[in-house]
Amino acid sequence: MTNRTTLDRRALLKAGLGVGIAIPTKSWAQPPNRARPQPGDWLVFDGGENSGQRITPDLLALEQRPVAALAKDPATSTLRDGSRLNRVMITRLDPTKLSEATKPHAAAGVIAFSAVCTHTGCDVINWVEDKLLMACPCHESHFDVYNGANVVGGPAPRPLAILPLSLESGSVVVAAGFTGRVGFTQQF
Amino acid sequence: MFNLRPLFALLSILTVSSVGAQALKPYQPVTGERLLEQDSDSWLLYRGSYDSHGYSPLDQIDRETVADLEPVWSFSTGLREGHQAPPIVNAGYMYVATPQNHVLALNAATGELLWRYVRYLPDDLQQFHPTNRGVALWGERAYLATVDSYLVALDAVTGEVDWEVAVEDYYSGYYMTMAPLIVDGVVMVGVSGGELGIRGFVAAYDAETGAELWKTYTIPAPGEPGSESWPGDSWKTGGVPVWITGSYDPELNLTYWGTGNGGPWMGDTRPGDNLYSTSVIAIDPSTGELKNHHQYHWNDSWDWDEVAAPLLIDYEREGQRVKGLVHAGRNGYLWFLERGAEAIDFVDATPYVYQDVFTSVDSVTGRPEYDMSKKPGTGYEASFCPSLWGGKDWPPASFDPASRLLFIPANENVCSTMVGEEVEYSPGRAYMGRGTSENGGFYVRDGADHIGELQAWNVDTGERAWTTTFDSHNWGPTLATGGDLVFMGGTNDRKFRAFDSASGETLWEYPTNSGVIGVPVTFTVEGKQYVAVQAGWGVDAQREQNLINMSQGTNTYVPQGGVVWVFALP
Ligand code: FES
Repeated sequence: MTNRTTLDRRALLKAGLGVGIAIPTKSWAQPPNRARPQPGDWLVFDGGENSGQRITPDLLALEQRPVAALAKDPATSTLRDGSRLNRVMITRLDPTKLSEATKPHAAAGVIAFSAVCTHTGCDVINWVEDKLLMACPCHESHFDVYNGANVVGGPAPRPLAILPLSLESGSVVVAAGFTGRVGFTQQF
Repeated sequence: MFNLRPLFALLSILTVSSVGAQALKPYQPVTGERLLEQDSDSWLLYRGSYDSHGYSPLDQIDRETVADLEPVWSFSTGLREGHQAPPIVNAGYMYVATPQNHVLALNAATGELLWRYVRYLPDDLQQFHPTNRGVALWGERAYLATVDSYLVALDAVTGEVDWEVAVEDYYSGYYMTMAPLIVDGVVMVGVSGGELGIRGFVAAYDAETGAELWKTYTIPAPGEPGSESWPGDSWKTGGVPVWITGSYDPELNLTYWGTGNGGPWMGDTRPGDNLYSTSVIAIDPSTGELKNHHQYHWNDSWDWDEVAAPLLIDYEREGQRVKGLVHAGRNGYLWFLERGAEAIDFVDATPYVYQDVFTSVDSVTGRPEYDMSKKPGTGYEASFCPSLWGGKDWPPASFDPASRLLFIPANENVCSTMVGEEVEYSPGRAYMGRGTSENGGFYVRDGADHIGELQAWNVDTGERAWTTTFDSHNWGPTLATGGDLVFMGGTNDRKFRAFDSASGETLWEYPTNSGVIGVPVTFTVEGKQYVAVQAGWGVDAQREQNLINMSQGTNTYVPQGGVVWVFALP
């Protein structure tokens, strides 16, 4: 037991305001490298021996393990590396085998999926080679690349968003913003 | 973004109408004395007591009466994923931490909601382990370590945020899932992120102000003792997280923490012993000084985190009483050590599950030698047992001082295959360097007739007393009581069970809404004993189920969703 001097205040809080909620206090203007990929952005490799280089279809082997890529604003040379939600995984697929819904978003078979798992947000960096599935290292969600990254295993609740692509003078550019929400959705 | 406020306004109104009808006594501040005493009406620490025994002397519920045990209330958290936290109880007030960093304050006798803290997590957060393992109490506050790497102090009566401090930058891969450890107004937390190229540490904060008091890295910087065990710059990104609450010895004034493996996962990327990875470390809570350590195994390549804190148990060896540390290792060995002011000494070690990696353990130092064909490397695939989750992962063992039995929630017959691949460091990105192996690199041994186990070991003889087996894998934290019972869930059939501590026989079981991977606790309200636990399957238990399904061709489904369950006798 205790002698409390603050009991009245607490009684008052309990009576009406007794729910603590974290209120984000920081706010800032979004720097351009945090903005999501924009139509017309170039796509460049993110890591590996070609890091920073513009992506052309011939630099990707057919059905190769997806590699990380980022968008780059050609006007300002801004690499959009300010948010991990901007990162995509890119590979080249056989256009004749792509599902009807997926086809319009690929350019010469090159397709880009959000790198961020829809389960709890890990980077989907693994690859099940014999089944052509992207795999999340965190809790083994599997995504079917020929079918719009539909979930074929694990706890992810929805497919990875696609970043639609097109070709401009033989190089891959962003055709439109992500097809869906990127990353996981906070519950409750 | 959806707006939660109208909902909370409603909740608080509902709360008001019920508070009036409750005889909830004024909040009792938590003091150093109370943390040492273990009052029967409270469960104040992650494992109930600083020695991490996970034991309560309460005995109203015993091997005779337990058959009548029934649920008295339950409360849905509204969340999915791993509900692993013990309900922390302080004389009528219960605090339950959930995944996504909510905290529920409930009336322990009735389950009525007093307040709810909801953290808005950043949308670019990644959660390797969507869980939380509980709050810590001190004074009139509850302390939460968050998955976006903040330490938050909440008013225990109102749920208001008194202060919060950034412990590290979540964007660089740091996160927290453990219940803080508080000694004498010093709030200690360790960090997760061994998969993401962090440099692990334990840090301490003033409970009153949130000011940082000290920060002790688990990887020495160049020039510090042990730094010679890390080549080049590998110490900067070498992992060695600390993600389970430590134990505390008030006599020695030392806290004991288990540490994780080094990163990247393949030992050949960081040749050397890699101190203080896969070790127990002793830290002085007043100064943060790392006083001594024992490394269970060197240069890990198996993801055998040894983060579970050792139990402080004084046991007999050759007629002598040893002030000991006891740890059921993820590496499959049961370690008996001796704790002292100057050193942690090796006593003995025995495998408690099938282990095919160690060829010997030095009888003086405890240093194991390896069958190198069982050690994965970069471009070298190896299979090994137990699996990367070990003989026992984080779920805590418990100890009954009366029967002298240690209870270990174990997994037998499961193994891993791993291969390393080169990996580049980039802040906040996966830095494990694990390649793809068949079936997710997981298999069940040929001829296995079970996976999960609850084992009992006599700490004085060092011998196993009994083993109870389960078809399912087992992720159940344990609770031992003076009623000669062990409580544990952990299996994929949603059951929460009570076992006879003398024989391992199942005396009672109850099918909950989901799998039970929460830490069970017991306490009294007005003299009546209750047992509380969270159900809420997720994280590694769910991941292992996926892999079992893949490798065994099964399709076992375990529903998710958190519920706090409280049981009592009629
Ligand atoms: S975050 Fe990808 S499966 Fe969980």
